Amino acid sequence: MDSKEFNWMIGGPQGSGIDTSANIFGRACGYGGYYLYGKREYHSNIKGLHSYFHFRVSEKQVAANINNVDLLAAFDAETVVRHIGEVVPNGGVILEKEDLNIKISEISTLPPEFIAEFQKYLESKRMGNTISDLVEEAKKENIRMYPVPFLDLLKELADELEIEKLSKVTRMKNVLALGITFSLLDYDVSLVEKAIKTVFGEKPRIADMNVLAFKKAHEYAKQTFSDRLGCKLKKIGVHEERIFLLGNQAVALGKILGGCRIQTYYPITPAADESEYLEAHEIFELKNGDGAIVVMQTEDEISAVNMASGAALAGARAATSTSGPGFSLMVEGLSWAGNNEVPIVITYYQRGAPSTGLPTRHGQDDLRFAIHAGHGEFPRIILASGDMKECFFDAANAFNYAERYQMPVIHLIDKAIANSTQSYAVFDLSQVKINRGKIVNSEDTKKSEYKRFKFTNSGISSRAFLGREGTVMWYTGDEHNELGHISEEPFNRNSMMEKRMKKLETAAKEIPSEEKLNLFGREDAENVVVSWGSPKAAILEAIEMLENEGFELTFLQVRMPHPLPQERIAEILGKAKTKIAIEMNYSGQLAGIISEKTGIFMDNYILKYNGRPMTTTEVYEALRKILHGEESKKQVLTYGS
Amino acid sequence: MVLKVSDYRTPLFADWCPGCGNFGIHTAIQMALAELQLEPHRVVIVSGIGCSGKTPHFTNVNGVHTLHGRTLPFAIGIKLANPELEVIVAGGDGDGLGIGAGHFVNSGRRNIDMTYILHDNAVYGLTKGQASPTLKLGLQTKSLPKPNINAAVNSISLALIAGYTFVARAYAYDVRHMKDILVQAIKHKGLAFVNIQQPCPTYNDINTKNWYSGQDRIDPKTGKPKPRIYKLEETGWDPVVRNPDEELDKAVAAFRKSKEWGDKVPIGVFYKNELIPTYEERISKRIPFYTKKPPAKQEISDESGAPTAVMEKWLKELKV
Repeated sequence: MDSKEFNWMIGGPQGSGIDTSANIFGRACGYGGYYLYGKREYHSNIKGLHSYFHFRVSEKQVAANINNVDLLAAFDAETVVRHIGEVVPNGGVILEKEDLNIKISEISTLPPEFIAEFQKYLESKRMGNTISDLVEEAKKENIRMYPVPFLDLLKELADELEIEKLSKVTRMKNVLALGITFSLLDYDVSLVEKAIKTVFGEKPRIADMNVLAFKKAHEYAKQTFSDRLGCKLKKIGVHEERIFLLGNQAVALGKILGGCRIQTYYPITPAADESEYLEAHEIFELKNGDGAIVVMQTEDEISAVNMASGAALAGARAATSTSGPGFSLMVEGLSWAGNNEVPIVITYYQRGAPSTGLPTRHGQDDLRFAIHAGHGEFPRIILASGDMKECFFDAANAFNYAERYQMPVIHLIDKAIANSTQSYAVFDLSQVKINRGKIVNSEDTKKSEYKRFKFTNSGISSRAFLGREGTVMWYTGDEHNELGHISEEPFNRNSMMEKRMKKLETAAKEIPSEEKLNLFGREDAENVVVSWGSPKAAILEAIEMLENEGFELTFLQVRMPHPLPQERIAEILGKAKTKIAIEMNYSGQLAGIISEKTGIFMDNYILKYNGRPMTTTEVYEALRKILHGEESKKQVLTYGS
Repeated sequence: MVLKVSDYRTPLFADWCPGCGNFGIHTAIQMALAELQLEPHRVVIVSGIGCSGKTPHFTNVNGVHTLHGRTLPFAIGIKLANPELEVIVAGGDGDGLGIGAGHFVNSGRRNIDMTYILHDNAVYGLTKGQASPTLKLGLQTKSLPKPNINAAVNSISLALIAGYTFVARAYAYDVRHMKDILVQAIKHKGLAFVNIQQPCPTYNDINTKNWYSGQDRIDPKTGKPKPRIYKLEETGWDPVVRNPDEELDKAVAAFRKSKEWGDKVPIGVFYKNELIPTYEERISKRIPFYTKKPPAKQEISDESGAPTAVMEKWLKELKV
């Protein structure tokens, strides 16, 4: 691993301000010139269950976690239990002083299956059953302990601020943890203050209170802990403009730039954040005046997808945003949109499934579902983004594909990207172009009656929007003739089926290969890794590490799983000796699709389906075993809490 | 150019059963459009699945024949994207009150400026006559193997409670009256609901044309049938809410009236309230230029294909 980096984790009960402190931490590091990647893990719960943020701070661009934690800030005993094992030798743990005496088996929020497993571990190590026992064990590895009397500090704060109710200040525990953290790291205090003021920008009084709390903890750590942390964080120069954003936000930004003007949604994790962000920013500036997006919360996902279709027929670029259970409800509407050649965009945030599954956790379970959903055969385009930057450009470009080929586009995003935060150099907005496809002009309609579904060589007919002067048109879910009227005639059926399906061939032919896949490394390398979506960053980093050990691997990232660029994939895989599929699902869905389309089978599978994203460390280790011939066909990764 | 009723008819053969109430409804729609002189390109008829679903194909305005139960979501999407369009929804009773009941209720909450025509014949015609949500408990229409075990939904009551701001009933064999109701519904500012009592000559052998006109009960004095259908407006019924104080009383009165059925079946406007802001007005409060530049009318790119959206404000918030 690069030594010029630092890994910080903050954990505690949901609702205790973990997200806010993560936001402040990330910004503060960003102001100091560091790149960041932060993964958010949380339960399907409002308050009380364990949540945490795992941050990687680096001088170089990072987009995945490693298995290490240099400094753990634990708000509660459960965080210590779950994460102390991830802290590296010479690392540190900030914890509540009073938690030391807590018995692990009595932590009420720990599920029984966890306690049973953990008990076995403690017995094997002949360890006692309290937080203190864990702490003593960790100290043997030179892990430093920083016990803090958070409650006492909060009481002092309340006195200083003349606030009677302690409950009004308890939330500031998160900023106290930041005070201790940044004191131990000797980091520039002014950068943290700036971050606090930005995060609480709209509430200056709260910002001041938090700055005070931060300083208090900072001073406390300075006075109390003489055994400082080994690593320090120093301000470094930044030579570019950077943004620090969430995956959901990247998608929202892409949609606005790409011309989306109606978004429908029904609340669902982890998709709803995107719609809420859009609604909060519904009015914006256009080069030629004011612009706005109408964000519509519907009664269900059935309504959401069909409302988006209605809006698209009227000429707005329209999208809906959902996750697995919601997409399941949209399927009939998807089939209608396919049959009626409606250019809607469905942003599909994948999470652990089946059914409700792991509502707040990660997974790539739905590729096959997205490709096959809907009764009947109809064309669609599936995009799968590998990181936030791709999310941004894909979100914008999805509308171009939808309108050029007049079909639904499903944009697959993984929870691991949606809920993570990351810093980037500001995206090059000039790369985004808008192409609305074939639109009918008055010359066409003067010559002859307008036919919405006119047969053409490319399969693409000119689109008119509902309301266009001098034009009327019909749409129906029934099979229809060129005018859009119901037709059950066999010859028309054939022609219309062929017309619709032809568009997919046209799209496959016209869309350049570089928009369908990314190839990292030499085309004729012996070892080729094939993947899609969020494992991208961990794979790229693991490959770099293995290169230092003398191994050469090429990475084929599929960005358009449908229509699959199968000739190109076959060309690359055909030359490879070892083909390795890496996916976050049980069966290796993309690998299966590639086999179907090319007849080429993978040699090895690295899979993960425990709901936690792949880390660089585990991808590296799994690939290494394959390259050393030590591993069987399938490895299942398990890291994460 | 003056638009005639026949200008709103496509040349397609209307494949409804002889005597179907849909013919009357379709005629009334065309008459209403002609009376209002609405240009075909500005009108969109959105329909669901079932016999009524075919209405758009026979009407020479934009037509969107959608999915079973999903008429309202499609219609709302169209209207929100381009509020200049006159959107008329035509759906069956099974469509709106069975499979689409969630949309029926939630659309009332929004009060979007559209017209919703419910073709109510108490049966699922196109699938050969099963009981629809408006068939009364215990009735056994022609193709039912057993009497109906479910109670009926009263769509007038439900529309009132869900928040529809114009609630009316018409009768498919009184075309002129139906046209008058539709004209009022289209002109109404807000979501207008029109239940149309529509005999199904093929599958509903109970609520027949003869039943509505009272052929089964001859007045012994006059020797003439006593019709069940009567017009609210002929009884001095005043459905209009003119100030907020009247809202509750008028709604309660309309609700009470909605329960009238059997010997007497009222048609006409039960309730009308234009004091409730439309959804378009609610959006305009947040987005003041919404009606001038609705989603479908915004220029999203310049001539070179570059997006028009200026992202500086968004990016500034995210800068580190």
